Amino acid sequence: MSEVPSELRYTRTHEWVRDEGDGTVTVGITDHAQSSLGDLVFVELPEGGGMLEAGAACAVVESVKAASDIYAPLDGEMVGANERLADEPELINSDPYGEGWIFRLRVSDEGALDELLDADGYQEVLEAEE
Amino acid sequence: MGHRTALHGRHREAGARLVDFAGWEMPIQYRSQIEEHHAVRRAAGAFDVSHMGVVDIEGERATDCLRYLLANDVGRLEADGRALYTCLLNEQGGVLDDLIVYRRDPQRYRTVVNAATREKDLAWMRRHAEAFGVSVRYRDDLAMIAVQGPEARERAGPALPMAVAEPAAALRPFTAAEGGGWFVSRTGYTGEDGYEVILPADDAVAFWDALMSAGVAPCGLGARDTLRLEAGLNLYGQDMDETVTPLESNLGWTVAFEPAERDFIGRDALERQREAGVARKLVGLVLEGRGVLRAHQTVSDGEHAGELTSGSFAPTLGQSIGLARVPQGFGERCEVSIRGRALPARVVRPPFVRHGRPRIG
Repeated sequence: MSEVPSELRYTRTHEWVRDEGDGTVTVGITDHAQSSLGDLVFVELPEGGGMLEAGAACAVVESVKAASDIYAPLDGEMVGANERLADEPELINSDPYGEGWIFRLRVSDEGALDELLDADGYQEVLEAEE
Repeated sequence: MGHRTALHGRHREAGARLVDFAGWEMPIQYRSQIEEHHAVRRAAGAFDVSHMGVVDIEGERATDCLRYLLANDVGRLEADGRALYTCLLNEQGGVLDDLIVYRRDPQRYRTVVNAATREKDLAWMRRHAEAFGVSVRYRDDLAMIAVQGPEARERAGPALPMAVAEPAAALRPFTAAEGGGWFVSRTGYTGEDGYEVILPADDAVAFWDALMSAGVAPCGLGARDTLRLEAGLNLYGQDMDETVTPLESNLGWTVAFEPAERDFIGRDALERQREAGVARKLVGLVLEGRGVLRAHQTVSDGEHAGELTSGSFAPTLGQSIGLARVPQGFGERCEVSIRGRALPARVVRPPFVRHGRPRIG
């Protein structure tokens, strides 16, 4: 069973989103996503400063098998990326919700956070996929 | 639901991720594909490759038949138990499949063909075997397990039945021994030492369990792919297919043009190509920076362009490698287009890794 922490928000494309309480959110990929992708060997990190629309591809994670796009969960400005992933992409496999975070966004509309899936909603997405 | 091998239950119990592979439900990985890869490079790993087709070709004129069907010459197999790697070609010299053929005696041969091409191969072989009065029999009663790695033979040995254990221990590379319905060859697809064991499907679970007890790691087809790519071995359907010849696929060495009087399917086309000059070749690529090479990415040396046929991260090397089909005269340095960026790569001669050691500078 994949871990789905209750305090996070989720997208149908398997990103998780943590509200940092200061107008920014941290984004990564879920335990289910990292487990499906298998061993990650390369992460193409987003450039800082750009404005993104929800649903825009903004990073790429590559496993041994394939490359997968990571999408912005909300409209916002890219304000940072996890530089450690350049040398240690496997952090996403070992700690997807912690040290394996991928980027931070300053969100344009904090209210939009509530429109993302909660843990139960994401769990349903996973069950439907099985 | 896809075909299942005799080991399907074991794969499920072990928590393997199962995927469709040419109509077979096969394990792609058990835990970590990279750990499975390292297990084979450093010790020993086992692969269920029962989806591959074992085809027995038998009859008084079996040798004549195979000398006509295959681009390599089974006449080179001077003793029973010897093996040969070869392509099965169409009249145009295009590769229908690549396979290993073993001589059991001069009237009985065994070939192992790819899962995805099995039906096509069987139809082709039967069509041409008829004229020789030779039988072509697909052995769906057999399973096949590859045990690969520097410790593979030592660990697998005690798990083999008595009838075949002793001759198997004495095998030289590219030879096979049989006994008690088991067929053990010292061949593989990983660039490591080891065995490929063809055995009655009913014995597969017990043999698999014995290998696990001997500390052999279960490995999926994912690791098999990164291992074969590091070993510089072509994958049918990616690195070659019916649209290219062995001469364009780094497999000229598997075509026996001598003796000149041997007629084989595709010979005329290959001779014409050889005379006209082979326009393309398959080369190895090493990506210099970060990123991952993948099939179908384009590659350019500034003058000539080509295409990646296989690409992956190479766990032994810690960087990305690939195979690319490029024009003759392609330079030693090039750029690969990866998601709109041109990344530098170096052209090398495969294999990239052999017997656990990097072979590229």
